Amino acid sequence: MSAPAKDGTNNVARLEGSGLDRDNTDRGIVRNKDGRNDLTFENPDKTYLDSNELIINMGPQHPATHGVLRVILKLDGERVLGAECVIGYLHRGVEKIAENRTYTMFNPYVDRMDYVAAVSNGLGYCEAVEKLLNVEATPRAKYIRVILTELNRIASHQLWLGTHALDIGAMTPLFYTFRDREEILKIFEKYCGARLTTHAFRIGGCQYETYAGFEKEVQKFLTFVAPKIDEYEALLTSNRIWMERTKNVGVISGADCIALGVTGPLLRASGVRWDVRKAQPYAAYSEFDFEIPIGTNGDTYDRYLVRMAEMRQSLRIIEQAVNRIPEGPIMAKVPKVIKPPVGEIYHSIESPKGELGYFIVSDGSTQPYRLRVRPPSFVNLQALDIMVRGLLVADVVAVIGTIDIVLGEVDR
Amino acid sequence: MIFNLMASWMPNFIVSYLGSTVTPGEAGSQFWALIYVLIIFTGVSVAVMAMNWLERKALAHFQIRLGPMRVGPHGLLQPIADALKLMLKEDIIPAEADQFVFWVAPLIGLLTAFAVYTVIPFGPSQAVSDMNIGILFMLGVSSLGVLGIVVAGWASNSHYPLIGALRSSAQMVSYEVAMGLVVVSAILMTSLNENGTGTLSMIGIVRAQEQQGIWFIFKFFPLGLIAFIIFAIAMVAETNRAPFDMAEAESELTAGYHTEYSGLRWSLFMLAEYAAMIAVSSIAVTLWLGGWMRPFLRLLHGPSWDFIFSLFPGLTFLGLAAIAFIGVVRMPAHFFFKIQKIGLAAFAGLLGFIALLLLVIAVAGRSADTSVGARLNQSIGYIYWFLFKVAVFMYLFIWYRATWPRYRFDQLMRVGWKVLLPISLAVFVLTAIVGVLVS
Repeated sequence: MSAPAKDGTNNVARLEGSGLDRDNTDRGIVRNKDGRNDLTFENPDKTYLDSNELIINMGPQHPATHGVLRVILKLDGERVLGAECVIGYLHRGVEKIAENRTYTMFNPYVDRMDYVAAVSNGLGYCEAVEKLLNVEATPRAKYIRVILTELNRIASHQLWLGTHALDIGAMTPLFYTFRDREEILKIFEKYCGARLTTHAFRIGGCQYETYAGFEKEVQKFLTFVAPKIDEYEALLTSNRIWMERTKNVGVISGADCIALGVTGPLLRASGVRWDVRKAQPYAAYSEFDFEIPIGTNGDTYDRYLVRMAEMRQSLRIIEQAVNRIPEGPIMAKVPKVIKPPVGEIYHSIESPKGELGYFIVSDGSTQPYRLRVRPPSFVNLQALDIMVRGLLVADVVAVIGTIDIVLGEVDR
Repeated sequence: MIFNLMASWMPNFIVSYLGSTVTPGEAGSQFWALIYVLIIFTGVSVAVMAMNWLERKALAHFQIRLGPMRVGPHGLLQPIADALKLMLKEDIIPAEADQFVFWVAPLIGLLTAFAVYTVIPFGPSQAVSDMNIGILFMLGVSSLGVLGIVVAGWASNSHYPLIGALRSSAQMVSYEVAMGLVVVSAILMTSLNENGTGTLSMIGIVRAQEQQGIWFIFKFFPLGLIAFIIFAIAMVAETNRAPFDMAEAESELTAGYHTEYSGLRWSLFMLAEYAAMIAVSSIAVTLWLGGWMRPFLRLLHGPSWDFIFSLFPGLTFLGLAAIAFIGVVRMPAHFFFKIQKIGLAAFAGLLGFIALLLLVIAVAGRSADTSVGARLNQSIGYIYWFLFKVAVFMYLFIWYRATWPRYRFDQLMRVGWKVLLPISLAVFVLTAIVGVLVS
């Protein structure tokens, strides 16, 4: 149990430098008398010999932390007194790399952040640079972008659903979603040769014209996947155990979401109607008719419903886009060497996980002076502590799943 | 006639035993009891391996996968390969663990799981012993299994196993209460005879169903059915299987109480778990589903119906042989598959041979006399129907696992104490009242 280790330090002492040395008093984490960091949530004086509380490390090799997230849990029996995320195990310095690559060369790197929704990342980056360059993609390119991005949103939500359900103990949906996600990846592969890190878009438009039969294939996919989404819902939506495991679990209010900067399905499930696609339309989104599904309770079940509804809305958008896709060039006039004027720009899009923003500072050279990504997973992960307090260990897993993080994006 | 010929080759004591109508325990024959124990031990071990393969295959097919395909035709040799692998793996005992307790914990689990089989009646005389407190012994010993789990979690001296072990002990103890109450209501039903005395003997319980001409699941409808359903739920919780597999919830506790175990010791836990699954299914079959009795014993009686039902074992094996044979035909005509093809064909041939043997026994032993052949035919019928019913439960275990998410610990306790316990108590009281009114 959490008995003091042999050298007289308690278990938490090992965590120094792991992110816990921040001043966390406002969140209940205080330093103990020896000045060491301690996860003391209730009684700061009772740091030693309190064998009632258990500190366990969840991760970074834990099967349910979706990669290399480490969560330090303070438990009273099975009840969670507090959770602290330790991130950085997948840090690759993407933002620093950007400062040493030209705008064009950096484009594929963004795919490696949220590798589950690589197309969205590419879209955000390309549009940010375009905004900086003051060019606009051609209408046809915009439509292609919308189709692929929405396909990617479905793929991302499918992966989320599968892993989330697996975390809660339902194995089967994982395989169903992977089967159907495969069809999307096939379309990507046919379009640009890659399945996961697609690098589908270029600054100014798209590199590739759609292949012959693209529209037909996408339409075929739409008719294929709509009943499949019903199938997932048949497995889970009215499943008693699923409802018990997700209803009133990980509740977060809309105000808390806004305070923490939480966006995406989490925010919408808490009843805030905010979707960058509607609020600040980019690409061709202003031309499509779709709805923003919102929830009421802000619990895990609502987030599940919101994401399921979002998949259906994505299908609607894709259907309209495929039917109305205009003819014309796919590349706007962009100089061969991209040298944006001096200035800075922030552009954000609605990625499957939330608001994905790029802040680029240009010094007029071919490389960004500074590039900062606002990754939705990273920001949303902050809400974990608030959401899991007072819940049980099993719920921590459900909440990590419902936040839908990709550690590649959290750590960058 | 064939049997008389066969019998003349066999030593007298085997022949004498084939005609016995009591269990070895009752007859006081230690030799036969030992033989039975060995047969059951190997049988259960083989069944666990088969169950392992079946679970992986069935689960895979639920999940649009193929499951094991490489080791042997359709992965048939996979359990053997796994067993070999587990035996060859390094046996790790963590430095901080309580070495002796860590060592002994899987043995406790295994012993309790196997000890239960001494009273399981595969037929009226096909049990090691007919203990007069059979069901009590069974519940007692099988609930000792929790000791192995608690001790394993504690001895590991690690957080996840500890939580897993505590969860599992709480879970098993709570579900035992509801389980015990519905078992009592089934035992009450056995006392509905002239004497008004019930029995705790496993064989006696099936005999009571035989005499009353009804499986207890249909007795006092719907009381028997409700009791059966409660038992069916409780037994899943008792064996720590999905959706009640909190103790080993992979996504929460990595592996629960056996996180620190590896190799052979880990496989002993798995063996114990599957053996316990078969054991609790056997209790359910014995108490509510008529044990070794074939279906429609009252409705479709007479020698011709007996004969038709005695064909079932042979036909089952014939069906399995046919499936295996279809597998041979459907295998790609590539030389790479040649060995697999031959292997599967041989397996199909073996199944077919067994089918033929069973059918011959069924035809030759159809007379209702007490010759060796007729006895053999009857015994096969008993064992077949018992195992068939148990197999249905095994399939249900897999099906549950493929369908349902996992309950949370507090919800599980709520279901156990606030839903199952009151209902089982009500069923118990109502059974008693109805029983008194009827008799």
